Amino acid sequence: MIEAATTVAFVLVSAAGVMGALALLRARSLADRIVALDLLLVIVVLAVAVGAVRTRERLYLDVLVVTSLLGFLGTTIVARFIERRGS
Amino acid sequence: MIELIASVLVVAGAALALLAAVGLRRFPDVLSRMHAATKPATLGMLLVLVAVGLRDGRVGVIAKVALVAALQFLTAPTGAHMVGRAVYRDLTGGNGHRGSGAAGAAPEPPADAEGITAPE
Repeated sequence: MIEAATTVAFVLVSAAGVMGALALLRARSLADRIVALDLLLVIVVLAVAVGAVRTRERLYLDVLVVTSLLGFLGTTIVARFIERRGS
Repeated sequence: MIELIASVLVVAGAALALLAAVGLRRFPDVLSRMHAATKPATLGMLLVLVAVGLRDGRVGVIAKVALVAALQFLTAPTGAHMVGRAVYRDLTGGNGHRGSGAAGAAPEPPADAEGITAPE
């Protein structure tokens, strides 16, 4: 049950990652790129969480904490950068 | 039963991520793309994290999942707000505050407030 559901979820998340990467490649401005990169990081965190559901491995939870905080840090820094200098 | 609920939540969270990626491809400008892209950061993450907590009922796991959810719910809207404000000021030429852009807005209020609040 949970195996099949996590397999479907992995497929969905992988498709989302591919489409997010394509959106990142087609982005025209710096703001476009940071929005796409932010979504890509959310997708990575979601994939790790799906892996945690599937395997019950507790180590994945620490990865979740670190990754979500790093995502916020990067987004904040680039947003400040855009405000200072313009895209 | 709990497994069924966890399965549904995981698939729903993953589907939300895919919808956000589709929105990122199809929406016309940066702000509407942000509207699509910031949904899975809170709702999708909450769904999958609840599934993690349901699947593994130990107290330590649930505490860590709650920590991740709390951090995500604090940081994701904050980051999206900062990006949106930067884009808006960029689009309007820094007209959010009249005559003062991002750099000029911050230094002014302290100088103004200093004379008022100094006696306290």
